[in-house]
Amino acid sequence: MVKVMVYPPTSMILADLVERTGHEALVVSKEVRKKVNTPGLDSPPLNMNPDDPKKGLKYAAVDVPSGVRGRMSLLGPMIEEADAAIVIKGDSCTLGCTGCARTNELTRFLLRTKRIPLLELEYPEDEFQAKQFVHKIREFLEGLN
Amino acid sequence: MKATKYVVTSQDSDVLPSDIALKIYELGREINVKETCFGVIIDGEEEDIEATVKEVRAMDPSNIFIKDRGFPPGDPRRCRGHRGGGARPGFYMMQHESEILPLISRGLASEAEGEEVPSSIGAKKRPSLEELEEMIEEEFS
Repeated sequence: MVKVMVYPPTSMILADLVERTGHEALVVSKEVRKKVNTPGLDSPPLNMNPDDPKKGLKYAAVDVPSGVRGRMSLLGPMIEEADAAIVIKGDSCTLGCTGCARTNELTRFLLRTKRIPLLELEYPEDEFQAKQFVHKIREFLEGLN
Repeated sequence: MKATKYVVTSQDSDVLPSDIALKIYELGREINVKETCFGVIIDGEEEDIEATVKEVRAMDPSNIFIKDRGFPPGDPRRCRGHRGGGARPGFYMMQHESEILPLISRGLASEAEGEEVPSSIGAKKRPSLEELEEMIEEEFS
């Protein structure tokens, strides 16, 4: 079993496809779950504890916006843990009121420089693309065994 | 350790959220089930959840999708009943992905049937002028 990071880290489709093939999907909700069980945090991940910015500093400098460092405190350990990754390119859902373009760029950069098996693709828009999407992901995941 | 998962059905599925909830009750494990419009939220011990997920997925393998959730169901920090309404954080991502779930379901079904996926899109080629003329003649003659 290989630990596969999915990006967007909240993606249901990618996490489901990874777990169907018997691998472990690294998703942000598992990280949030750890924080939910930590006493003293009102509403994770919106609230942080004093150790979180320190974790984020490992991936982004102190002059980088605090939102990037806060997000990296969750995503950074996942990147370190990942043995492979599946990334959705240029999707609007990763950039909204709660998204962050700089975090997206930094995460993709860190995944590329980690030199792990990486599959980059776009969400399908029609049935043909969907068949290719599922086929590519299945081939990629079976190749990891 | 406790785990929480979303079980989401695709729009093409014949399985209703109530069918999934009934199936989970039939299994007799100590699991909290919350029925929603898109599927169910299940919460319980990790081993029970893993075993249940396998059985629920078997109900309609290409149309049931499962995702982890950070907060337990009804948690006052996320529950709309406690926060005065409004969309739940994370709803927009699920809404975005739900729109393409029927496409993914068809992709999974064709993979299960062992259909070959052509590497290029033949159907998307624009028809030439001659082909267009032929089509028009066929339609209107």
